[in-house]
Amino acid sequence: MVSLTTCINNLELKNPFILASGIMDEDAGSMKRILQEDAAAVVTKSIGLHERNGHSNPTFLELEHGLLNAMGLPNPGIDSYGSEIKKINNDNGKIIGSIFGSNVEEFEILSEKMQNYGVNALELNLSCPHAKGYGLEIGQDPEEINKIVRAVKQSVSIPIFVKLSPNVNDICMLAKAAEQGGADAIVAINTVKAMKIDIETKRPILANKIGGYSGKAIKPIGIRNVYEIFEAIKIPIIGVGGITKGEDVIEYIMAGASAVQVGSGIYYNGIQIFTQLKEQVIKWMTQNNYQNIKELIGVAHK
Amino acid sequence: MNQPEIVKIESIQNETDSIKTITFFYKLETIPGQFFMIWIPGIDEIPMSVSNINNDNKAITFRVVGDATKSLFNLKKHDLIGIRGPYGNGFSFHGNHHLFIGGGTGIAMIAPAVESCLLRDEPVDVILGAKTKDELFFIKRLQKTDANVHIATDDGSKGYKGYTSKLTEKIIKEKQIDTIYTCGPELMMKSIFEICIKNNISLQASLERYMKCAVGICGQCCIGEGLRVCIEGPIFSDKQLLDISDFGVFNRNASGKKKNIQP
Repeated sequence: MVSLTTCINNLELKNPFILASGIMDEDAGSMKRILQEDAAAVVTKSIGLHERNGHSNPTFLELEHGLLNAMGLPNPGIDSYGSEIKKINNDNGKIIGSIFGSNVEEFEILSEKMQNYGVNALELNLSCPHAKGYGLEIGQDPEEINKIVRAVKQSVSIPIFVKLSPNVNDICMLAKAAEQGGADAIVAINTVKAMKIDIETKRPILANKIGGYSGKAIKPIGIRNVYEIFEAIKIPIIGVGGITKGEDVIEYIMAGASAVQVGSGIYYNGIQIFTQLKEQVIKWMTQNNYQNIKELIGVAHK
Repeated sequence: MNQPEIVKIESIQNETDSIKTITFFYKLETIPGQFFMIWIPGIDEIPMSVSNINNDNKAITFRVVGDATKSLFNLKKHDLIGIRGPYGNGFSFHGNHHLFIGGGTGIAMIAPAVESCLLRDEPVDVILGAKTKDELFFIKRLQKTDANVHIATDDGSKGYKGYTSKLTEKIIKEKQIDTIYTCGPELMMKSIFEICIKNNISLQASLERYMKCAVGICGQCCIGEGLRVCIEGPIFSDKQLLDISDFGVFNRNASGKKKNIQP
């Protein structure tokens, strides 16, 4: 019997598959539906202090090898979102509340409110590549990351995950800053800054011009980042980027991830991707004589 | 690939003072009830149901309601727009006697559905409803077909005076209707849904929600227990609607915040 149970510090997950933030997580109904699939946890949409419409459409398009989006952190504001979280029954899996703020104080308020709503862990969005004054704009300074994580750590008792961007010089330095601030895990990676220009109308298609690239094309970037972060820190890593099949999960875990998140994979495979990944990972482990997925964490580091 | 294909506007038809039909060349097979994401470069990208299907020519018909439709309204023949899709499930016809109900701009997507259903050689009735006669369109187009066309206006300026739901109650007493297909204001569709449940008539209703990705990942258009209007919809059956607590109650704006739509 193969065991897929994994732990992110003291947060136990029935398997390593987590719904990534920004995908089918704007309301309770859609998150409940994903938790009925074989996802161990869902990350909520990133929530800020106030209601925000995000960018105008086009906010999404498909490219040859991936997806490009610039949603721009749309969210109803933390006070409206509480009722959505409270409607989800945690029996089927865990809820990870994603939050974004522009400074320490905002992160403190958001984290306390999220904890009160009953989420099992927090994910700090310090990496959205397409929202002015938020995400990546404050998530590339190690000191700022350290200050925010330290403050949130003092405000709440639930585990804190820090989601980092690959659009930086040295992601390991940022991961270390988060670890020193008291983070319980690093989530890597957010989307890669990218653009698509329509050559007939001679303009970028996204209303925000620049967006975040996700999907199959960014998997090697995610693997490299997870591999490097694994050597730099001791806390667990949650790998994200381009996962569409069981082998991708195994690869992330070998690079050093304790769990993985899936977002664009839902575009390629539908919401049944969580069940597919589970079956494929079990098959691979059985064929390769592994009983426990934890045995595979970081084995590529030789 | 799900990115806008740039097409030239082939023709523009005025339906009323504020409603236009834009026709363009777009090859992908499309069925009534499906929708496109229409990119107006530099302005916006909005969902719009197909209003005419003529081999490789497809059309959309719309009223000016905001900045995007205003820009679309002012475009000229040969201007460029981007199209992606078609998206969603589309209508599927069941039963022997069909009743179509279009309210307001909902008439736009009901018309090709009527034309398509008539190919089955079964009786088809259609109700076109609007606030007043100046807002009605596609009457001649549908009167040319074998469908029985009924008209309802809230102010009685043309046809039956009153809501389409009242006229529906009258028609189902006179005729043995098996399935009703509807698109229009959600509260109108909610009334029709209640009539269908009471009278044991199948229903297919086309729901409208704020759309962003239109490919089932962003979550913006999710209703009920995670049903995506862009994938599992936009057409929902009476059985599905019974479990969608949002129906006729609230929708969500661009931020995801709920907005009450009850009277």
